[in-house]
Amino acid sequence: MFPSYNDFETEIEPEELRKLTDAVLTKYGYDFGNYAQSSFKRRVIVVLRKHGIKSMDVLIQKIIHDPIFFEQFIHDITVNTTEMFRDPTFFKALKTLVFPVLNTRSEFNIWHSACSTGEEVVSLAILLKEENLLHRAKVYATDINHSVLKKAESGRFPLRNLDLYTQNYNNTDPKGKLSDYYKIVDNEIVFHRELIEHVRFKHHDLAVDHQFFKFDLILCRNVMIYFNQKLQNRVFELLHASLFLNGFLALGAKESLIWCKIADKFESVSDHEKIYKKVKL
Amino acid sequence: MHGFDEANIKKNKFEIVVIGGSAGSFPVVSRMLEKLNPAFKLPIVMCLHRLKDKREGFKEALEIKSVLPVVEPNDKDLIEPGKVFIAPANYHLLIETKERFGLATTELIQYSRPSIDVLFDSCADVFMDKALSIVLSGANKDGAFGVKRIKKKGGFVMVQDLEECSMTTMPEAAINAAKPDMILPSMKILEYLNCL
Repeated sequence: MFPSYNDFETEIEPEELRKLTDAVLTKYGYDFGNYAQSSFKRRVIVVLRKHGIKSMDVLIQKIIHDPIFFEQFIHDITVNTTEMFRDPTFFKALKTLVFPVLNTRSEFNIWHSACSTGEEVVSLAILLKEENLLHRAKVYATDINHSVLKKAESGRFPLRNLDLYTQNYNNTDPKGKLSDYYKIVDNEIVFHRELIEHVRFKHHDLAVDHQFFKFDLILCRNVMIYFNQKLQNRVFELLHASLFLNGFLALGAKESLIWCKIADKFESVSDHEKIYKKVKL
Repeated sequence: MHGFDEANIKKNKFEIVVIGGSAGSFPVVSRMLEKLNPAFKLPIVMCLHRLKDKREGFKEALEIKSVLPVVEPNDKDLIEPGKVFIAPANYHLLIETKERFGLATTELIQYSRPSIDVLFDSCADVFMDKALSIVLSGANKDGAFGVKRIKKKGGFVMVQDLEECSMTTMPEAAINAAKPDMILPSMKILEYLNCL
């Protein structure tokens, strides 16, 4: 069982977090300095607990001198909660509000930013295939974490989640059955290669990396919640720059653009599902 | 008239009220929100355990009787007085700063997301001794770590009287974890709030 931070008595002061993020930035170029304090502190506590590390200084020394430990740290500190068709009503809204627009184009580009282990990449591919749009899509899937990208590329997911995924899929008004798209091999759900063979998986850190392409649709769901407002503003500018005019941006169910500086450059397509359209350059 | 010794009421001390309970405390919460003074001036933030795949209905049900608007905040929304905020389904709700909420989809804590521990712990960090926390009836130990942290930072802890609780695991765990400032039936807790 993954340790939780309950009953963990060590206090972490903001200055100690700053020392940690400075050290990581200097040594490895990852910038966690503008992650949301409240949840970032809790992630750090989880790491300390997991490795039985008693003080921040020890953690910093370990990170600086052990790149393999650092990869593990990145994995633990980032949040990789995801599921197939998470929020089925969101996927229904994509089909009714966004797909018809994509359908007017001979080809279109999609970016799954912070794709984690790829559950959403496969979910969207299935729906695009059902609407006969998949062959026209150029898809990028990126994440800050190399190990989850590798998993995403495999197109394999743990079998234990199959009931939930099937139920979610059935709630998207699908045209087929989820079982049309996978085989079960060695306790894993193995999705058909054609769903992800066209996807380019790529390392990208929203906190420091730049625009690399232009898109018709960007999914960035439940990522912004881990950033403070300064970093949110940076990322929204990056996403805005990465969208074609009239391109769509999809956020998580409880995320919103209203507090960001460039909110007026977007228009809401669905308030409930947090789908926005870029209406100004 | 309110049955409290004036000296016991820490008027103007608190800046926020956080409440935790499990789904079973819904009727109690609903009744408290019905009887609350409509001029109540502190933000109320609640974490009640709830089904993760039911996004709708919970807020609406609480709102029926509540004298104050009930809101499920989005990430970075403002913490405002005159409103009751409830943790959305399948997200942890956190106090990010004195002004703003944060949300997280990190692992379940005490089998729960939203978790009371996460809310209370983040509240303790930000509001310190200005936090008033309340633990109601509930079926697991979520909230015990949270009240311990509230207490440690100088905040105030109230727990619903066990006699009145349909499930006692949660309030009992809270009582054991942090010596509460008060243990009261829910309507007495409400009276206290209305005196602030």
